[in-house]
Amino acid sequence: MLWARDLAHAFGAVQVLDGITFSLDRGQTLVIFGPNGAGKTTLLRVIAGLIRPRRGSAEVKGGRRAIGWIGHQSQLYGQLTVIENLRFWASLYDVPAGTVQERATALIARLGLERQTQQPVRTLSRGQAQRASIARALIHDPAVLLLDEPFTGLDRLAAEELRTLLGELAADGRASVLVTHSVEEGTELATEIAFMRSGRFAAHGPRAGRDAAALAADYRRIMAGA
Amino acid sequence: MPDLLRHAWLVARKDLQVEFRSRTALTLALVFTALVLVVFEYGRDPTAVPTLDLAPSILWVTFSFAAVLALNRAFHAELENDALEGLLLSPISRSSLFWGKLGANLVFVALVQLTGLALFVLFFDVPVWRVWWPLILVMVLASVGFIAVGTLFSAMVVRTRFAELMLPVLLLPFLLPPLIAAVTVTAKLLGGRPLSEVLGWLRLLAAYDLTFVTLATLLFPATVTE
Repeated sequence: MLWARDLAHAFGAVQVLDGITFSLDRGQTLVIFGPNGAGKTTLLRVIAGLIRPRRGSAEVKGGRRAIGWIGHQSQLYGQLTVIENLRFWASLYDVPAGTVQERATALIARLGLERQTQQPVRTLSRGQAQRASIARALIHDPAVLLLDEPFTGLDRLAAEELRTLLGELAADGRASVLVTHSVEEGTELATEIAFMRSGRFAAHGPRAGRDAAALAADYRRIMAGA
Repeated sequence: MPDLLRHAWLVARKDLQVEFRSRTALTLALVFTALVLVVFEYGRDPTAVPTLDLAPSILWVTFSFAAVLALNRAFHAELENDALEGLLLSPISRSSLFWGKLGANLVFVALVQLTGLALFVLFFDVPVWRVWWPLILVMVLASVGFIAVGTLFSAMVVRTRFAELMLPVLLLPFLLPPLIAAVTVTAKLLGGRPLSEVLGWLRLLAAYDLTFVTLATLLFPATVTE
């Protein structure tokens, strides 16, 4: 579903990605842990085609149409209602008009936004806006999800709901790349784990049953060796 | 081609929907237009220079600065929740995005110009009715190329710290050729000269439009891709 081969990128003289290689199949979730400035978001942006890498290539089966992006910004228009936003984004992905309403209704129900459907996005709380953002990212039924710190700003309950939803999406066969600086947040979802430091994968492999505590210990050990 | 235009229409419709909900930039541009015309009407000595000699310059200076105000908003709504990133992630082409923005800006500026023209007639009592269609033609020809450049620059500066100041500074040199042509043609038309006398200027404006719409369409993808 997703291939990254020897990705390298620099902003001026600062090397932000250096030799990143991995691939993901259906249902796999790669969780990338790393401190701020490790190059995690840049990696996602390269995969999404927002940044042209200096070296290497990234390929997503189905191209941009197959990508759903969830970040800490909702990418929604504050003046438009939740349903108007969903209709707009669906139209950009050429989702048939008959399907849009059906899919939007299902997503709104799944994300508990029934009462906010006709509300302008600017009036939503942070948690509601994040849920609307997830609906936006899923409205075209993407096969690959790119998740940039998706738990930022969510309360405990909302974060738990998001984890459950992401687990269900992976079970549906979607491949996901989730980047976060918090080992506690993404562990449960991971089938693959990578620790990122200074633009490189300092460690990368299957999660192999490790829990958050074991991963936190590995993370501290690897980062201490920087 | 049909996809390019269809996606451009979706972007333009969304832009206008967002703008008509907030009405911030539209109100600002209309108030600015009214204020400038009021200042010119009451702040000058009508016996010093005949109104008809001064009117074309007043009209086009007002239009130009109101258009700059309008252009500042072109990409501003996209920054609110980083919706621009969502647009760039979507499968629509960069050219569709540019044409959508250009279309919305043209509608927006046309509204400001038509209101400005009505106020201009009201304040200055200039006989525009007998030359209304050539005047509309000049307004269209003088606006298209300039707004194409403005849309391009608006995308370039939107993430800079002083976007509102940068845009006019970058744009004004490009505004001079259509402004000079528009003032000259308007003066001749209001002075009762035949349309054949200004055909050269109209051709110049058409060439300017063709050149800058083409250049801006070609350059736009580079301004939004890192």
